[in-house]
Amino acid sequence: MNKAAVTAMCGALILSPLADAANTFFPDIEKGRYLTTVGDCAACHTVENGPSMAGGRAIETPFGKLVAPNLTPDRETGIGAWTDDQFVRALQQGIGHEGEYLYGAFPYTAYTKVKRDDLLAIRAYLATLPPVHNKVVANQLPFPFNIRTSLMGWNMMFFTPGEFQPDPAKTEKWNRGAYLAEGLAHCGTCHNSKNFLGGDTSDGHLKGYTLQGWVAPAITGDDYRGIGLWSEEEIAEYLKTGRNRHAAASGPMAEVVTNSTQFMENTDLLAIADYLKDQKSDLQRPPKLDAQDPRMVAGKALYTDNCSACHMSNGEGVAKLFPSLKNSGSVLAEDPTTVIRVILQGAQAVATDAAPTGPSMPSFGWRLDDTQVAALATYLRNTWGNAAEEVSTATVKTQRMDLASKP
Amino acid sequence: MSDDRFQISRRQLLGAGALIAVSSSFANAATILGGSPLPWAPDAAAPPKNIDPHNWTFFSERERVQVEALVETLIPADQLSPSGKDAGCAVYIDRQMSGPQGQGARLYLQGPFAKGLPTQGPQSAMTPAEQMRVGLAALEWHCVSAFSGRRFAELSVEERESVLHGLEDGHIDLPNDVDGKAFFDVFLSRTMEGFFADPIYGGNRDMVSWTMLGYPGARYDYLDWIDRHNETYPHPPVSISGRPDWKVKA
Amino acid sequence: MIKKLPKKDVAIVGLGWCGSIMAIEMAEAGLDVIAFERGPWRDTATDFNIGYVQDELRYVIQQELMITAAEDTYTFRNAAHQTALPIREYGSFLLGTGVGGSGAHWSGLTWRYNPTDFQLRSHLTERYGAHSIPKDLLIRDWGVTYSELEPYYDKFEKMAGIGGKAGILNGVYQEGGNPFEGNRSSEFPLPPMPMTYAPTLFAEAAKNLGMRPFPTPSGNASAVYTNPYGVTMGPCTYCGYCSRCGCANYSKATPQTNIIPALMRKPNFTAQVQSEVLRVQMDASGKRATGVIYVDSTGQQYEQPADLVILTAFSVPNVRLLFASGIGQAYDPVTEKGLIGKNYAYQTNSSVQLFFNNKNFNPFIAGGGVGQACDEFNGDNFDHSGLGFFGGACIMSNVTSGWPISNRMTPPGTPRWGKKWKQATKDNYLSTTVVRTQGSSYPTRANYLGVDPTYKDRHGRNMMQLTFDFPENDLRMSAFVTDKAAEVARAMGPKQIVAKAPKGPYNIVPFQSTHNTGGAIMGDNPRDSVVNKYLQCWDVPNLFVIGGSAFPQNAGYNPTATVGALAYWAANAIRNQYLKKPGPLVQA
Repeated sequence: MNKAAVTAMCGALILSPLADAANTFFPDIEKGRYLTTVGDCAACHTVENGPSMAGGRAIETPFGKLVAPNLTPDRETGIGAWTDDQFVRALQQGIGHEGEYLYGAFPYTAYTKVKRDDLLAIRAYLATLPPVHNKVVANQLPFPFNIRTSLMGWNMMFFTPGEFQPDPAKTEKWNRGAYLAEGLAHCGTCHNSKNFLGGDTSDGHLKGYTLQGWVAPAITGDDYRGIGLWSEEEIAEYLKTGRNRHAAASGPMAEVVTNSTQFMENTDLLAIADYLKDQKSDLQRPPKLDAQDPRMVAGKALYTDNCSACHMSNGEGVAKLFPSLKNSGSVLAEDPTTVIRVILQGAQAVATDAAPTGPSMPSFGWRLDDTQVAALATYLRNTWGNAAEEVSTATVKTQRMDLASKP
Repeated sequence: MSDDRFQISRRQLLGAGALIAVSSSFANAATILGGSPLPWAPDAAAPPKNIDPHNWTFFSERERVQVEALVETLIPADQLSPSGKDAGCAVYIDRQMSGPQGQGARLYLQGPFAKGLPTQGPQSAMTPAEQMRVGLAALEWHCVSAFSGRRFAELSVEERESVLHGLEDGHIDLPNDVDGKAFFDVFLSRTMEGFFADPIYGGNRDMVSWTMLGYPGARYDYLDWIDRHNETYPHPPVSISGRPDWKVKA
Repeated sequence: MIKKLPKKDVAIVGLGWCGSIMAIEMAEAGLDVIAFERGPWRDTATDFNIGYVQDELRYVIQQELMITAAEDTYTFRNAAHQTALPIREYGSFLLGTGVGGSGAHWSGLTWRYNPTDFQLRSHLTERYGAHSIPKDLLIRDWGVTYSELEPYYDKFEKMAGIGGKAGILNGVYQEGGNPFEGNRSSEFPLPPMPMTYAPTLFAEAAKNLGMRPFPTPSGNASAVYTNPYGVTMGPCTYCGYCSRCGCANYSKATPQTNIIPALMRKPNFTAQVQSEVLRVQMDASGKRATGVIYVDSTGQQYEQPADLVILTAFSVPNVRLLFASGIGQAYDPVTEKGLIGKNYAYQTNSSVQLFFNNKNFNPFIAGGGVGQACDEFNGDNFDHSGLGFFGGACIMSNVTSGWPISNRMTPPGTPRWGKKWKQATKDNYLSTTVVRTQGSSYPTRANYLGVDPTYKDRHGRNMMQLTFDFPENDLRMSAFVTDKAAEVARAMGPKQIVAKAPKGPYNIVPFQSTHNTGGAIMGDNPRDSVVNKYLQCWDVPNLFVIGGSAFPQNAGYNPTATVGALAYWAANAIRNQYLKKPGPLVQA
């Protein structure tokens, strides 16, 4: 919903019997609309092309299927009958309005950081949406995962509730960035390394994770594998337009740009950039493979014949069009899933109004066999100053079969 | 090669109704709405299909022998390259004749038919495959009559060359109203296509013609070479199916 | 049963360059727009895969991106006393199909026509006298001037990222640019393409002869570029597969690379592909278009009502649609009555082959718009007094490929097969080049597009019929400029040249050019033209017919930029005048 519609809504609401909403001022509703975009609630709570926030969208988790609930003001099937406290408790504590534990697919582990009055602004905005009667049964996990009380244990291990506390040693900008990145923008939900139970590992903060067959690369401030070499402006440009001189968003990140970050204020994007670049960690560079290694030799021939017309002989691509492979977090990620996937199937980069091209990489799975893909991936990861673990033929073979089995 | 779902080969519905040839990965997406992402699907590609050189699809055994002798004479083996036969030109022509090209998928083959002026182009009612078959048969008939029962493949090199020159110059009359010169021109074109096309189509085996010419094949990036005027381009040719250097040498 | 659909504001027929331009302009104006394309959707990553797009057999020889004669064709004859017969296999011209149209598989040469080209009859009359123009030549003024079009040429070039060097910039001659071009208000958006060897040699030779060569204006992106729509092009990598092929790496300017990503972001636009428009639907008065009738790939017909109908189906199919819709009167070359199909013209090309010892041109390193040209003998840039013809040609070194099936020149007398053939082929492949001329084509009374009485297309409509032969004027012009091209060729130092000027009669078999023009020409009054200066149909004010069909004659240049400029010009008139007050924009 855009600003004009919100204004019109507010006009109507001031006169409406919805007491809670009518007591809220326009600036709060507009702030709520903005924060809802930052939180990217629509990504889960709005079915594609469906009514806004009416729920019903299935989320595939490693444990089974969950369905996102209805957040419209409908009193029966939505959140219209909830109190403000219940709403805040859901986001900050992960507790539903009947006292039940919510599943961590809903990133309350991140939203816990969001201040109460920001959450109430979100609520005020949600209350302006058209109420939709849509009963959602959220819990569609198989036994034993459908037992919610087990989440109590999970929360004890992996959940630290509490609003964001600004760090007095850091600037206002850094703190705003931290507040957004760790809170509503919930970057860590994909970019924090996780254990097999889906909880953040203690030493994996922003170091990357593989989900839905894509690698969410490390976004620490390290030069190697992280985004240390990106300037703040370049980070903001990436979030705003889906691309910068180094990379292009595709896969699940393309959706994040399309639904959320392309609408964010530039000052907020720069704040997030400031914060991320300050997150240095211990990502180690493995030894580089020798250029005479037979896989590297074949990989070089493959690269020259297939790749260099877009990604260029120096691996640096073309700004705003073809991502750089040199120093690329996606190329260097420990898990080569994205590299293999993109070579086999191609990839569509995100298109935004600011950058509508949406350049797409063609697929090569028809042309290259598993050994060739492995050699090429190994070459990319160890040339132009890159250094990363080699990719085996077996890994490619497994992934090719996995991709083929998902229609 | 990839999943057949994405191999959209030319579909042709003959008759007065829809006559459609489609070449797009999105054959069925007719209405594309603005405000949505550009149509895209993973694995979307329609590469040419690999050819099995041993599986003859059109020529009979006799025709195959005749065609191999023809292409071998048109492109003889020497220090520059193997013969047209060893380069796979006959394989190429065979697969083309049974494929959409040979079956006339691109041609307007509705009547009425009339003999046109040379400027009006070919006006035959026959498909290229039919013309090939009729032409080969007429040529064979000519050889058998002119050379005491010997077929083209049984002629000496000099005899074969004299027949081809005769056809090319219009000195040889073929039976069944087959225009020998026109047949020769078409056959020569098909042979040269096979010799110089990408090996994926059955001819130009191992890229022999490209190596001979110094043509680098199915490449795309020459950025580092634009200003290197009058220099020899050093990289070996690559085909749609790749090149030997793509193999990891153990 | 024809199914009737909900009304749209604008129906556009054909989604190539003109269709994409009109669609985005109308969508920007907030209208509800639908564009029809008879061919399939085509996009870079899904249809122009970098692993197989450089396939000469598939795209150049078998022409997969073009319409086949099986799907749609025309009948042809040189002259009216002959019986027109079907073009059973396309050769001379290769019409496009699919989203992007010819704009997807063009080479990229992007010329502006000269100021005198737009006022040809007035200019020649003034310079040489009215009596000097042969009565048989139907050359005319366009009804629009170069100055009026200049800002729209500029707009097209900036949208397409054209690379070149301005010759006349704000009234001042710029060394290194084309001294004969019309005035430019701005430099090209991109610099000239880096030059390969052959054009460099050509430019040196031309300079030594006192000519002023300049880089050919190119749509192949000499560097990374973001156009005013926010769409980004990558730099051309000189793959040598521009002509007849799709571009795999977003460098050749095409509708899909330059406009469609921005167009498709507009929710008020719909692309309806694999849907062929059969005719424009007219109301009972015959003066108003009510929409279009189209057929989809299942054979189902639909009526799409629309307030405004725009034909952008390419020059020849535009005319075909006018015939099929019963709009205007068919031209009769005997009575000279009727305008639809009149002033058909083409392009008059020739070439000079150059054979060298010890030179390596690497012909496979090429871009469709890469080259050098001289305009000394184009248009009316030189004095035609006493020459016996009008018109001229650009002379270019613009070899766009090293295709091994098609481009293996050997000296005359070389056999076409056998041992000697092979040796000569190998010896000459890398060390030959071509200087070519692309010349004007002037319309005559006898050359025209009509309706064939015998042959029908797949939808049961009578086929369109082409009657065409090169006029004497054009053959003389071409012989003259070919001699000039040969002079430059000799100055390049080859061991041998072979100059080939066209001789009549025009033959439909070998490929020559797809620059068919005319048939629904523009002009300043409805007695002599089908559309007015804004390409609005005089008879049907809510119908615009945009494309090369509007050219009263063709000049010695590729037509794309002029076609694109006319589209932007017409779109501007529609947005700023027509939409405010629908009706005739020019009083007859």
